[in-house]
Amino acid sequence: MKPGPRTTIALYLYGILALAFLYLPLVSVGMASISQARYLTFPIRRYAFEWYGEALESDTVAGLLATSLKVAALVTLISVVLGFLGALAFARYQWRFRSLFQKLILLPIFFPQTVLGLALLMWINALDVIPDWRTAVLAHVVWVAPIATLIIAIRAYSFDPALEEAARDMGASTFTILKEVTIPLLMPGVVSAGLFAFLLSWGNFPLSLFTTGADSTLPEWLYARMVSGYSPLVPTVGVLSIAASVVLIMAAGLITLAVRWLRARQLARIDRQLAAQVTTGRPATAGPASPAADASFVPPAPAAACE
Amino acid sequence: MERLDGRLGFWSAGPIALMLTAFFLAPMVVIAAFSVMPQRVFEFTQMPDFSSYRVIFEQRIYMPLVWSLGMALVATLILFVICWPLAFAMAKVFKRFTLVVTIGVVMTLFVSENIRLFGWILTLMRGGLIEGHLRAWTGLSFESPLYDIPAIVFGLVYVYLPFMLFPLAQGISMVPDDARQAAVDLGASRWRVLWEIELPLAAPGIMVGGLLTFVLAAGAMAEAKLLGGQAVVVISDEIETAFTFGQNWPLGSALAILLIAIIGSLAVFAVSRLDLDALMGRKRS
Repeated sequence: MKPGPRTTIALYLYGILALAFLYLPLVSVGMASISQARYLTFPIRRYAFEWYGEALESDTVAGLLATSLKVAALVTLISVVLGFLGALAFARYQWRFRSLFQKLILLPIFFPQTVLGLALLMWINALDVIPDWRTAVLAHVVWVAPIATLIIAIRAYSFDPALEEAARDMGASTFTILKEVTIPLLMPGVVSAGLFAFLLSWGNFPLSLFTTGADSTLPEWLYARMVSGYSPLVPTVGVLSIAASVVLIMAAGLITLAVRWLRARQLARIDRQLAAQVTTGRPATAGPASPAADASFVPPAPAAACE
Repeated sequence: MERLDGRLGFWSAGPIALMLTAFFLAPMVVIAAFSVMPQRVFEFTQMPDFSSYRVIFEQRIYMPLVWSLGMALVATLILFVICWPLAFAMAKVFKRFTLVVTIGVVMTLFVSENIRLFGWILTLMRGGLIEGHLRAWTGLSFESPLYDIPAIVFGLVYVYLPFMLFPLAQGISMVPDDARQAAVDLGASRWRVLWEIELPLAAPGIMVGGLLTFVLAAGAMAEAKLLGGQAVVVISDEIETAFTFGQNWPLGSALAILLIAIIGSLAVFAVSRLDLDALMGRKRS
């Protein structure tokens, strides 16, 4: 039962409307960031970029960026490593406590972050540790690593265990299998998990709020400014933080495209070499093409394809 | 092979399981221990007296919890209704456009929620994007809908939309077209198909989406603080106040335990009924 053309058009319009609804507040923030007035009212009378200049020159903003950046980078690194191994246990291996483990991974995602942040703050206090940006890394990892696990697990579900078994049958060690088979196959999942990890940590507010101690990340600073009255720097720094995410996403997209293009070119080259072998190979085996003659030039094919 | 799988699974699960035990499960134990301590102590080595729970019920400090759960429930129901058509279209109608919607929605997740909520303040305030332009163009004006309970629910609906949309779309994609076609051929009305075919067969997705939005919205704080003004105090806010200004850790812990008990039992119930392998993997049984 396909819906009629009228319903289909209505659904497309609904989809576009939903996207517009999601992005409308960001349009407001963007417009506010280029308003010259200190006290914002719409419609905006005069546009100016002076607040960007101010934000970029500010030492406070530079410090916030540095803190957010080092937190996000460390969270990414730790979460991807934990998530990669976790995903194998989640999706690939059949082991005794697998279903319990899957539930443990889901719990932090099904948990309000504000409460998680507070709980961690108490735990940090109980351990007699003074919270700073490093404890925030820990807090982010508790939430981000399970998400990274799920993302890589989706990829791990779709790969054929026979590939690993074949490598093992041919005598590869567990480490070699990991390096030569598992990691390359899961790479796309690892890359998207890394991207998610970085961006989620970069934009996280509820966990940072309780666990950074005297340090402050960008979203935290923005929140403190928001509740203490309007400041023209809030939309500006907000847009800068979004711009950083967009740049990262675009860089990741470009790298993915480049890798795909290089791989396609490599495959095309192998194809051409094979074709050349076939065309030059035929005349060399003069006479009727016997099965033996055919077999003589078949072996190079799989060898080349494996490179 | 099986024994090897068992060993490898155990070792690869180790690091993240240890991390979650030390920094997710252990803090919960600490909170639970604190929640039964006498008022205003800062270590959990004293005789438990459960006074926090008594205080909560005697002084009606549970009201923020009631507000949070109520608003989360309303937001979840609204989200289910507005996400269903879109999720249906993403799973069954849109072709390339599904990817556009998916990327468009996921991108918003990467923007800090307080920036997005701040954007709604700029959009909805007096002299904001909507009212300002309306007044400039038509002379009409309206009171700002901000700083009231509906604004908080609106904020919850906005922030948690992706958490309803994607599980729903995943659930609907698991409804076989044949089943729907068969019902239509047998003369079922559109509503009957929805009620007796689509809703039951998409139940895993509905459960995940509904639960995720409810749990996250119940613990949310920024929506009430930014869009709600001081209209109502939500549970996370009350917990934070008890920890910071109140300097009463046992009270804050007891409030947290009440919240965790409610949403935790919901989450455990739902998670235990899901077949994750079928929902996430290719294996469709």
